[in-house]
Amino acid sequence: MRLTVKLFAYFRDNRFKQREMDFPEGTRVEDIILSLGINLEEVGVTMINSRHCELSQVPKDHDQLAIFPAIGGG
Amino acid sequence: MADKIFRVNMSDLSTKVEPVPAAWLGLGGRGLTSTVVATEVIPTCQPLGRHNKLVIAPGLLSGTPAANSGRLSCGAKSPLTGTIKEANAGGTSAQMLAKLGVKALIVEGKPQDESKWYSLHVTRDGVTISEETEVIGLGNFATVKVLNQRLGEKVGVITIGPAGEMRMSAANISIKDPDSHLRSSGRGGLGAVMGSKKVKFISIEHTSEQVQLADPEAFKTANRLFAKALVDNPISKALAQYGTNVLVNIINESGGLPTQNFTKGQFAGHEAISGETMHDTIVARGGKPKHNCHQGCVIQCSQVYNDLKGNYKTSGFEYETIWALGADCCIDNLDHLAEADSLMDDIGLDSIETPVAFGVAMEAGVLKFGDGAELCRILRDEVAKGTPLGRIIGNGAASVGRVFGVTRVPVVKGQAIPAYDPRAIKGIGITYATSTQGADHTMGYTIATNILGVGGKLDPLSKEGQVELSRNLQIATAAIDSTGMCLFIAFAALDDATCLPALIDMINARFGISLTADDVTNLGKTILKTEHGFNLAAGFSNKDDRLPEFFAEEPIAPHNVVWDISDAAIDSFWDF
Repeated sequence: MRLTVKLFAYFRDNRFKQREMDFPEGTRVEDIILSLGINLEEVGVTMINSRHCELSQVPKDHDQLAIFPAIGGG
Repeated sequence: MADKIFRVNMSDLSTKVEPVPAAWLGLGGRGLTSTVVATEVIPTCQPLGRHNKLVIAPGLLSGTPAANSGRLSCGAKSPLTGTIKEANAGGTSAQMLAKLGVKALIVEGKPQDESKWYSLHVTRDGVTISEETEVIGLGNFATVKVLNQRLGEKVGVITIGPAGEMRMSAANISIKDPDSHLRSSGRGGLGAVMGSKKVKFISIEHTSEQVQLADPEAFKTANRLFAKALVDNPISKALAQYGTNVLVNIINESGGLPTQNFTKGQFAGHEAISGETMHDTIVARGGKPKHNCHQGCVIQCSQVYNDLKGNYKTSGFEYETIWALGADCCIDNLDHLAEADSLMDDIGLDSIETPVAFGVAMEAGVLKFGDGAELCRILRDEVAKGTPLGRIIGNGAASVGRVFGVTRVPVVKGQAIPAYDPRAIKGIGITYATSTQGADHTMGYTIATNILGVGGKLDPLSKEGQVELSRNLQIATAAIDSTGMCLFIAFAALDDATCLPALIDMINARFGISLTADDVTNLGKTILKTEHGFNLAAGFSNKDDRLPEFFAEEPIAPHNVVWDISDAAIDSFWDF
């Protein structure tokens, strides 16, 4: 399946902002994060198509996956 | 020496130093300003008249070595909302007032002769009132510069700009920071209240005296734990690197970034105004990504943003300001945003209310969406000079809506809704509707749990649980706002079990008392009920706890959702 993967804040360092990527069907969000060399403990929020998702969730073809570290403000 | 109430009567230009009434002893910051306003101000009074009072109070821990305890609360009846109001900011004044033994400074009355302006100077012995001419009409930056020369670099300054002098409802109160730049008690037009009393500035004498601690050792131990909890929190790290503006991209991604006067939930230009882009721009131009607004802050969410030539342009460049100028007004150029931010600081304008007012003005066709140069021109040539158009904008979003016949006016109780769309992030809609002070995200920051996964998780699009979430956060916030603590300690307090007990231990060690967590919760509840009681007596009812009707009727993309929480559910907020 082809996904649009978006990274934010310092997850972009030495990686990318946004990239089209291919993964085998059934790949979980967690697997994608690990494949990018991101420590799961640093992950704050993940969203698929602008909706919060669990690390165990499996995206579908053409989904957009956004991965954020723990961030805050306001 | 025990803390005292410093009272200034501008009607007869007299001053007094009074003992602190027993009922106020355990209060500070917002808890104290709101209690004084509720006790002494006639709820139905004209906010710019002689019956309103401006109350300025450091927090319970201000002036101590406690990390992040340098916030100063300003309170009064708001000319923007007609409700009770408290707005707090960093800077040097909270710590200086606390060290001088000022529990609260109450400015009441109003001179009959409106032709003269005054200043107040605070020392340990009391307040001196002087007639002022030199800085009248000056912007805040020039005012601070003149006062540094006149009174020395270490003097504390609380001031109003031309907006406050002209009693605009979006006028803020500005507080000098450690770099002689400005921090703002932004919301609700408190600068207009100060201007109505003909007080241009309040200067505070520097002292080398320290706040007395009942148990210095216990305080030190607790502060060490507390500061560690703040430093170790991963959110603190991101705040230092990107500032609060790290939120642009995540709120945009969630579909809750109000865009083009609240007609869309995502902004095409989000990347250009994001915290990530801002960080890279700051570094490339030799600015500082992290910077503190008050001594003792260990989070350092502020920054120094330089212009293209590498010269200082602005600091305290916050997400909500950037959202309002950026997404809401569709300006995708950080330099225009920084220029506007600097101008608003100088004129003394709330940097949420004012750009939201511009968004409404753009919808009315006064200027085009995206025209950052024209927005800056209007600030400089119209608002700062008090032209008719400038006064319409300087009185806020509701003012612009009324004058130009716009129906999509994002305000609650007359105050502009900030940076999070209540249709797509429903918890914050409860906060906007029920806050005792008009729409204000800081009153109960449900974004933490709705979006950021802090303090648990609650689906932002669900109707369930939002009232309870907002209520719990509003209660906790009222208590935190009484300590002098920056609200950003909440990110650690919500998820690190060592943080809140350490904070309570510090309060106990400061005063030699034995508060429990329940006491702190009860303090928060009491403050909310005190503020709500004032509003009810001022003529507000549950019918005012509502969002503008367009939120229920206009779906917002990308989720195509409307505001759909019932009035009965909103009203249940007050069941505690």
